[in-house]
Amino acid sequence: MIKDITIGQYFPGKSAVHRLDPRMKLLLTVLYIVMLFIAKGFLGLAVGIIYMLAAFLMSGIPIRMMLKSVKPILPIIVFTGFLNLFFITTGDPLVEWHFIKITTGGLKTMVFMASRIILLIFGTSLLTYTTSPITLTDAIERVMSPLKVIKFPAHEIAMMMTIALRFIPTLIEETDKIMSAQKARGADMESGNVIKRAKALIPILIPLFVSAFRRAEELALAMECRCYHGGEGRTRLKQLKTAPRDYVALAVTVLFIVAVILLNRFLPI
Amino acid sequence: MEKFIEIKDVSFSYINDYDDPPTKNTVLKGVTLDINKGEFVAVLGHNGSGKSTLAKLLNSINLPESGDVFVDGMNTRDEDKLYDIRRTVGMVFQNPDNQIVATVVEEDVAFALENIGVEPSEIRKRVDWALKKVGMYEYREHAPHKLSGGQKQRIAIAGVLAMQPKCIVMDEPTAMLDPIGRREIMQTITELNSEGVTVVLITHYMEEAARAGRVVVMDDGKILLDGAPKKVFSQAELLKSVGLDVPDVTDLTHGLIRAGIDLPDDIISEDECVERLYQLLKKE
Ligand SMILES: Nc1ncnc2c1ncn2[C@@H]1O[C@H](COP(=O)(O)OP(=O)(O)OP(=O)(O)O)[C@@H](O)[C@H]1O
Ligand SMILES: [Mg+2]
Repeated sequence: MIKDITIGQYFPGKSAVHRLDPRMKLLLTVLYIVMLFIAKGFLGLAVGIIYMLAAFLMSGIPIRMMLKSVKPILPIIVFTGFLNLFFITTGDPLVEWHFIKITTGGLKTMVFMASRIILLIFGTSLLTYTTSPITLTDAIERVMSPLKVIKFPAHEIAMMMTIALRFIPTLIEETDKIMSAQKARGADMESGNVIKRAKALIPILIPLFVSAFRRAEELALAMECRCYHGGEGRTRLKQLKTAPRDYVALAVTVLFIVAVILLNRFLPI
Repeated sequence: MEKFIEIKDVSFSYINDYDDPPTKNTVLKGVTLDINKGEFVAVLGHNGSGKSTLAKLLNSINLPESGDVFVDGMNTRDEDKLYDIRRTVGMVFQNPDNQIVATVVEEDVAFALENIGVEPSEIRKRVDWALKKVGMYEYREHAPHKLSGGQKQRIAIAGVLAMQPKCIVMDEPTAMLDPIGRREIMQTITELNSEGVTVVLITHYMEEAARAGRVVVMDDGKILLDGAPKKVFSQAELLKSVGLDVPDVTDLTHGLIRAGIDLPDDIISEDECVERLYQLLKKE
């Protein structure tokens, strides 16, 4: 039931992609984005497609989940696609009708841009599908920790994310309870126009906020009792360790980027 | 017996800044109490009598307004000893949901050790040890929000236990649990105590207090009664006058005594009651 909701979009598994060091996965994702953005031609893009295909097949993530990840971005893809199609007028004309003019250049750009955006979404989704939110938080803290010298609050941000993740299910459960309680008192939350329904949320939000503040106070006390005093001098139970496979993955990724650069130079189509 | 916690004539007030002018609510009024090493002390008292306030004095969350609190020889006012004191006196609260920090059981148990900078390999060892102590080792990789109340509270206890404290203070740890959860927690507490951990248990359940070695009754910021459970619960009238009850068996035996049946007035456990009644019936 409501207790079983998954946070984020993590898809548990034991594949090679899942087992990569999360810090390395973060780095690889950034490198992949770079790869996509430096590719100038379709051949370069094809390299990106091959890379994605390989990672996807290794991860064991169902194809339907990958497709689902693109859905929210679809309007943007369609919109930019139309812009590219109608407003780029390089290359040979294909269709000319009144003021509408479609050229091969426009068509090419449309396909190119759309593929790039889709690959971008695939890449970042694969990261969040194969890495649990908590591991990701951990990785972000560690990757960011050098920034502590310039007073960047890496530990604090990670701590807040962890606590948020920890309390999401608790608060959802609580919302459920409050809703039932208010419904039992005759609150009507399903009918009426938008304003009416928004107003019906007030008797749910207020108790929820009050309880969240009370929880926050108690949690802070419990943390203090357990010697919490910020990130200073803190050790961790789980040390992240890079394994040979992390470096293999890095080397392969770098090779792909080199391939893209070479294609850009010698076969920019 | 070795004194472990010394509370010397302590007073404590909350200042309410929201009132204009700020008002002072004196919650503890000259409390003096010694707790010995390895003792199991139950603290009783009606709502607002100052039990939680007293508990928070034991690990420097609250500092006394006057008087002193010593924990294992350390004054709780001593800022240099703050983390030593908090490691010595672990604290467990009522609502297990609001004490668990991490999204994985073992990481939560590790939290205190991470804070005091213990080596990762040592953390691992102590986390496993603490989880086994409370019987939750199999759940180490679970998400806390999917566990039962009693299990969550045991995780909270393990999180404190991992610091290897000499004393654990529990503020109504069973108040939000069902009877099964309560039994689990009481069992864990008595087991820990039998291994030498000093336990201070604040509770509203007389049956739980009856299992302690000593009962302290608070009323309006002062200590009203202090002694063995048998001695304390035999004063049913006094307890009732400050809004407290006695265990059901004690109530029952007191009723029987009033009806002219020959029973001692300090029975606090069901087994003892059954045994006495059996002896009586056999005689007749
Ligand atoms: N943080 C605070 N700020 C102001 N007043 C407080 C605070 N905490 C407690 N009090 C007040 O101090 C008094 C004693 O509270 P305390 O929590 O110690 O009682 P208690 O014996 O633990 O009660 P209960 O059985 O309800 O837990 C109460 O009147 C309460 O309103
Ligand atoms: Mg209390």
